[in-house]
Amino acid sequence: MSDPTALPLWAAILISAFLLIGSGLTLLGAIGLLKFGSFYRRLHAPTLGTTFGAGGILIASIIFSLFSQTRPFLHELLISVFVTVTTPVTLMLLSRAALFRDRTEKNEDVPPFRG
Amino acid sequence: MSVTLLYWSLTISHWLLLAAMFCCLIRLVRGPRAQDRVLAFDALYVSAMLFLLSLGIATRSPFYFDAALVIALLGFVSTAALSKFLMRGEVIE
Amino acid sequence: MSRVLPYPALAASLLLMWFLLNGFSLGHLVLGAAIALFATWAMVSLQPAKPRVRSWGAVLRLLGLVSVDVLRSNIAVARLILSPNSAQARSGFIPIELTLRDKTGLAVLACALTATPGTAWVEYRSRQNILLLHVLDVGDEQDWIDLIKQRYEPLLLEIFE
Repeated sequence: MSDPTALPLWAAILISAFLLIGSGLTLLGAIGLLKFGSFYRRLHAPTLGTTFGAGGILIASIIFSLFSQTRPFLHELLISVFVTVTTPVTLMLLSRAALFRDRTEKNEDVPPFRG
Repeated sequence: MSVTLLYWSLTISHWLLLAAMFCCLIRLVRGPRAQDRVLAFDALYVSAMLFLLSLGIATRSPFYFDAALVIALLGFVSTAALSKFLMRGEVIE
Repeated sequence: MSRVLPYPALAASLLLMWFLLNGFSLGHLVLGAAIALFATWAMVSLQPAKPRVRSWGAVLRLLGLVSVDVLRSNIAVARLILSPNSAQARSGFIPIELTLRDKTGLAVLACALTATPGTAWVEYRSRQNILLLHVLDVGDEQDWIDLIKQRYEPLLLEIFE
């Protein structure tokens, strides 16, 4: 069933919906990254893209490969597990680094180090 | 019918993701500080990975998937290394 | 058994990942098993604490809770980004005292909070067991403290301690 015309309409609607939701959320996250004023506020913006943004596109990809059968559909699960596990780790590392840098420069708007 | 629907939704989502990458790029250039740039880079590689995935749907080629996986792996490692560098000034202690 | 295969679950998931990436064949079974074995032996030298899950029902409930919260806060943050006066949203740091001590539980809590748009785990002071949370749109501080103390922490305590 690699012929694209064999895709039923409901599957096409489902795939399109997930694709648009996913890419729209990713774009919103990027706009937030551009719009927010301080680093700690910007920290929240990309998680839009990495939770349901990535989720939507990965679900669309899974549904599509279920129908087109060009590759095993479980491939996408690897990426989704990987993204959901790694994004919090990088963001936490980054926020700790930013906090450390702000404290060494004695910026006013971050809480001081205690204990 | 389903082909045209899929074609248009794929085209729109390509443009949305490209716009997202462009926003991240602007933040990457503007800064103002190093941690902002690293954060923008992090968001940039995620949207690039999603762009490749949707390209994989559009062209029905399985190769884009592997490229997306490599981008995800390298992006994670480089962001972790960069934030380590921001904290200590060196990557390996 | 425990010396040859110290982390059976980890080895099995690595092997499964290998099959997902390369497809199933006898050669890939051998190669994947070898890689899984070597990776688990490498884990031994890192000596991670072995987490013990006490209640799988609570794990499922926590998973459902976190996905609902992520969805809800996705919508809230998307609305905040789209609204023209997003600069008015008051964001700030909230210190929260935790009763949870288990390292794996803390790691799970950190991942759940950071993956949620709108909240970010910024710092953890292990001596006082205080978590520093950054929230995008604070509103009422007590709401966020309640979210952690009453929604997440009892489940995590049930799972890990």
